[in-house]
Formats: sequence, C-alpha cells, structure tokens
Amino acid sequence: MAPSTLSAALLIARKDLAIEFRTRTAFFSAAVFALLGIVIFFFAWDPTAVSSIDLAPGVLWGIFTFSGLLGLQRSFGLEQADRAIDALLGAPISRESIYLGKAIANLVFVAAVQIIAIPAVQLFYGVPLLEHAAVIALIALMSAIGLVAVGTLFSAMAVNTKLAEMLLPVLSLPFFVPIVIPAAQATARLLAGRPASESVGWLKLLLAFDIVFVVACMLAFPYTIEE
Amino acid sequence: MSSPSAPASAESAIPAQRSGMDWLFAFAVIAIAIALTRVIYYTPFEAVQGPAQKIFYLHLPAALCAFMAFGVVALAGIGYLWLGDLRLDRAAESSAEVGVVFTTVVLVTGPIWARPVWGTWWTWDARLTLTLFLWFIYVGYIVLRGAIEDRALRARYSAVLGILGSLLIPFIHLSVYLFRTLHPRPIVIKPSAPSLPPEMLTTLIISFAAFVLFYLALVRQRYRLAAERDLLELEEGR
Repeated sequence: MAPSTLSAALLIARKDLAIEFRTRTAFFSAAVFALLGIVIFFFAWDPTAVSSIDLAPGVLWGIFTFSGLLGLQRSFGLEQADRAIDALLGAPISRESIYLGKAIANLVFVAAVQIIAIPAVQLFYGVPLLEHAAVIALIALMSAIGLVAVGTLFSAMAVNTKLAEMLLPVLSLPFFVPIVIPAAQATARLLAGRPASESVGWLKLLLAFDIVFVVACMLAFPYTIEE
Repeated sequence: MSSPSAPASAESAIPAQRSGMDWLFAFAVIAIAIALTRVIYYTPFEAVQGPAQKIFYLHLPAALCAFMAFGVVALAGIGYLWLGDLRLDRAAESSAEVGVVFTTVVLVTGPIWARPVWGTWWTWDARLTLTLFLWFIYVGYIVLRGAIEDRALRARYSAVLGILGSLLIPFIHLSVYLFRTLHPRPIVIKPSAPSLPPEMLTTLIISFAAFVLFYLALVRQRYRLAAERDLLELEEGR
C-alpha cells in the first residue's frame, strides 16, 4: 500500500536524520562554521564605533544563511552516491513527498544549528536574545522555513549540474535577501527594546514569503527530477 | 559543443535567412541613433540637473525593457513547463541574456547620473537595490544554463528558476523598500517624479520605442543563435 504524502515525507526525513545522527559530520561542521563566523565577525568591527546591539542581528542572520547552505548542499548530494535517488524515485510515493521529506530533514538541521548559534551570539556579543526567546524562536522558525523551502529545491537542481555545490549559493543567496532583511530588522527592534508590535510588519513579510515559496517550490520540484 | 570545424551536415541545416541583412536590427540601430540625436540636440536641458538629466532617456527605457525581458523569461518558463516546446525555452534564454545586458546599462547609467545629482555613486535606495538583485538573479540564471549539458534538463531547470525569480522580485522590492523607509537616509536630494514637459515626454517615448525595437532585434538575433546551437548539438549527438 502506498503511504500518504505526509507519512512518506516523514519517513524520508527520518532516513536523512538517521544518517546525519549516525555520522554527525555535516552537523558538526555547520555548527562549528556558525560559531567561527560569529567569532570572526566580532574581530571585523570596532566596538567603540558600533555597539554590539547594532551588529548582532546582522551577524546572526547572515551566518544563519551561510551555515544553512552547508546543510542544504548535502541534502541531495547524499542521494548521489550509488544513485540512491533512483530508489527514492522508484518508490511508490509522490514527488511532493520526496521534496517535503528532504525539506523537513533540512529544517531540523537548520534549527539545530540555530539552537547553538543563537545562544553563542548572546554569549559573545552580550545581547539579550534569550530574554525574548519566544519571539526570536518564531523569527528563527519562519526564516528557516523560507530558507529550507527554496534551498531544498535548489539543492535538488544543483547536484545535477556540472558545478554541483558551487551553484547552490549563487542561486540561493538572492532568494535569502527577503529572509535576512526582515529577520535582522525584527531582531534589531526587539534588542532595542521596542514593543513586539513594531516587528509585526516584518513577520508578515516573512510569513508571506514562506507561504509563496513553500507552495511554489513544491509545485516546481517534480520538474527538477532527472528521470 | 560547437567547434570551428563543425560537421558540414550541421552547416547545411542552418536556416538560409541567416545570411544577408538583419533588417530589424538595422532599423533598431537607426531608431537608437534618431532617439540619441533627439536627446542630445533637440531636447531642452532640465533646469536644476542640467545635462546630467539626459541620461534619464537611456536609463528609464533600459530599465523598462529589462523588466519586460524578465517578464518574458517567466512567461516563457511557464509556457515551457506546460507545453514542453523548446522554442519557448530559447525565447526565455534569449530574453534573459538581453535583460541582463539592459540591467547592466541601468546599473552603469544610474551611478553616472547619481554622482552629480545625488552627490554619490551608490546609495541603498530601494530601486537601486532591487535592480542590483535583479542582475544577480538573472546572472545566476545564465550560470545555471551554462552548467547543464542535457538539453531538456537545462530547459526545465531554467524555467523553474525563471518563474521563481519573478516571484522573488516583489519580495525583494518590499523588503528593501521597508528597509529604506524605516531607516531615514542621509539627506540626498531626490527629485520626486516631476511631470515632464511635453518635449521631454516625446523624447522619452521615442527613446523607449527605440529601446523596445532594439530589445526585439537583440532577442531575435540571440534566438537564432540558440536555434543554430541546438541544431548543431542535435547533429553532433547523432
């Protein structure tokens, strides 16, 4: 019996996460990369000229996209070995469930990196992120959904090209602009002690991005599969 | 890929209209020359900005043509995914490349004008930022096309990116627009879209028409190149 789209997607996500959990190579490299990025940015700036509260949101969300790319790159790269993708495509499941499963696994991956990166920014930059944990978590979740929606699709495309991993950032980064700007702006407002209502406009923009690109990428995904 | 010593069979299969004059292109070049002559000699100087303002007659038509070009990319992409006709993919490919050229014209003429009028080469104005990202998206589109050997796969991936790119444009516009308005900029004098005097408007319309003609001529040329390349690949693949 063919499983439903969602249960098949969860199976695929579980498979990817099991591989990641057993090897942990990608997660560690993405987490260390995020920490390194946060630390290096600290030294690229004059603390007497710019206060850390102005810098931290940009660093947090800039690093978020770069470390996210590391996870996305291996999402479909994983299936290239022994043409494992052919087995996935041959399974009696819809194309959408493959996309959804990959996206869920990537979402967990990106969220896990953020759980390390956000406290690290708080620690190194001395900004009160965790005091606004609920709103920050909401921004992180919404940003991650948009990033993963677009990134999963482009990851599937990039592995079939001559440039492979090199193409992913070139294709994805313009799409991350409407994620980074609202996320950084909303975070900056929170850190400046403004009421959360001031960030509602930015959050709406993120939500609209998520809805449009989750739907569009899911519809586009079947076309990116090499038969 | 194509090489100087391509097989003779491919040469003979190339459409005959390739040789001879490209009349559309010739008309477009003449139209641009007429438009430029009018811009330079027969259009009055703007009172405040002086001669610098005349770049506007190149800048705005180029920007409108670029938007049109990317619109064609998205529509041709939707059409390709629906019908699977490679002609639509060639149209998208041609339009994207010409669109990038026009966007480059916009990005070059903008700062040349901005330097004397705004006093700075670059500012993170909403429209400038949007144009820059448009350029990035469609340069990425060209890079993607170059990275795929398989013809059908190249067409499908390009269509997907062309469609998603057009969906992205409103989001980038909205986010950079909100970014700019929430952050007051340093005082930069920006003319608030004045209603043009009739001579200037006529010049603008002539220039726009010339640019549209030029766009069509370039896309047609580029389309023929794409068609010939496809033919060559087909011949070599046999």
